[in-house]
Amino acid sequence: MSLSLDDVKRVANLARIEISEDEARQTLIQLSGIFGLIEQMQAVETSAITPMSHAQDVMQRLRADAVTEIDQRELFQSVAPQVEAGLYLVPKVIE
Amino acid sequence: MLNASLKQLSAMLAASKISSVELTGEFLKRSRALNPAYNAFITLDEETSLAQAQAADTLIASGRGQSLTGIPIAQKDIFCTKGWLTSCGSKMLSNFISPYDAHVIGRFNAAGAVNIGKTNMDEFAMGSSNETSFYGPVKNPWDTAAVPGGSSGGSACAVAARMAPAATGTDTGGSIRQPAALCGISGLKPTYGLVSRYGMIAFASSLDQAGPMAKSAEDLALMLNVMAGFDARDSTSLEREPEDYARDLEKPLEGLRIGLPREYFVKEIDEDVARAVEAAIGQYRKLGAKTVEVSLPNTKLSVPVYYVLAPAEASSNLSRFDGVRYGYRAPDYLDINDMYRKTRAQGFGAEVKRRILIGTYVLSHGYYDAYYIQAQKLRRLMAQDFAEAFKQCDIIMGPTSPTVAFNLGERSSDPVQMYLSDAYTIAVNLAGLPAMSIPVGFGHKNRPVGLHIIGNYFSEAQMLNVAHQYQLASDWHTRMPKE
Repeated sequence: MSLSLDDVKRVANLARIEISEDEARQTLIQLSGIFGLIEQMQAVETSAITPMSHAQDVMQRLRADAVTEIDQRELFQSVAPQVEAGLYLVPKVIE
Repeated sequence: MLNASLKQLSAMLAASKISSVELTGEFLKRSRALNPAYNAFITLDEETSLAQAQAADTLIASGRGQSLTGIPIAQKDIFCTKGWLTSCGSKMLSNFISPYDAHVIGRFNAAGAVNIGKTNMDEFAMGSSNETSFYGPVKNPWDTAAVPGGSSGGSACAVAARMAPAATGTDTGGSIRQPAALCGISGLKPTYGLVSRYGMIAFASSLDQAGPMAKSAEDLALMLNVMAGFDARDSTSLEREPEDYARDLEKPLEGLRIGLPREYFVKEIDEDVARAVEAAIGQYRKLGAKTVEVSLPNTKLSVPVYYVLAPAEASSNLSRFDGVRYGYRAPDYLDINDMYRKTRAQGFGAEVKRRILIGTYVLSHGYYDAYYIQAQKLRRLMAQDFAEAFKQCDIIMGPTSPTVAFNLGERSSDPVQMYLSDAYTIAVNLAGLPAMSIPVGFGHKNRPVGLHIIGNYFSEAQMLNVAHQYQLASDWHTRMPKE
């Protein structure tokens, strides 16, 4: 499998990372090297193996449906780039 | 005092031979003096550290001191620490004063330990050399032309240079063990789930695990006693009875079966590293251990599998950095998408962007089965390899890194070369096993060599026993770099 310059630009857009033409070309070279390494995986026959998502076979814990958090809005918003009247400010999304 | 163990420091504090304010002051003075040369700390905050020391002195005076009360500990800058800059080595969080404490920080606070500063690291823990930090590379105190390893390079350097008696680290693919090896100190990555990940900035959640870094195995045991324990706020935290990880330190090693994987002793290892590791294994035979050859046939797949799984999880975890709730936001943008794209382009460094792009690609439509699912299947094969090997042995040993510390800049332009240097440590994270590195000598240019000790699940006390017995019979762990 070989990666194209369009793939790099498409993925950068999906990841919401601005990328210039020059950077995309550089990235293509590096990612191609890394995917060359990753391709070794495809040589192994794995149809009978169950994927392993976690090291320990534990069940997801459940907890009581109770409020555990206290209101710390002011504290948490004190580190936000832009807030007003308790709201996070972002550029207009809906016309 | 610089070379004193945690136990000795604790005894000095209990006997009022020194106060925590004096002890913390000494280490702060040393850290301030050495940091311009080594860059081990991102943040030093004398006022806060000394206030904590003062409080610890009050605790000790009232007879309520515990094993680490009053002892200064360096904290990796990946742990959210209330009121402290918590940058994770990134421009993205270069203005982030954490509003809360990570579980690990809370445990140290409850134990009365003193936070002596936040240590430098590869950006978002992505790197093996500490060269990806927004705050600049850390130097190896044994040779400032060399890297300290990564990603916990600042913690490793701080302990090696005796700027702090002990430190914390995190390990996703070797980030505690490889810098410990390259800086000549001891470091332990516990079984996945033993230490809570709450407040530890996430890289690859199914692999990330926090652990201690210190001069000796005995010190690691005392640190782990504080760090380990169930926490309901981490969904993968394991509910287990508390253990004393120092309980088996003094056991003799007679009859211990050490597995030597034939895949770990290959021509890719530098001769100086192989020589030091073989000498250490020889020492273990003298201590009564037996060696058996074992096989981990899928070892060569660990790097490819890791570079699918870790970037995939990272691309998801790092999507939270969007310039809205915390951290950096680009100054100029046209609309919301432009704000995201510019914020992330400017806030993340090259290696982090590279991994986000790999992760986004392998998770994108049409590629999920070929990459992510295939990697998850191979991950099971690797875990099964270890399970088979542990039927024949109690513990597995090999080199932590195939080479001693490399030079700054030597591998930073070639990501593939950099990734391959973690071949021995990565498989352990994929299987979720505990492992550690201890110093066993010096190689090329007098740079340290580490022995990798891999244990079965939850065998931390046994691993620490194995490491401690070697350290009773050797003095590599007491060696200090010249200033």
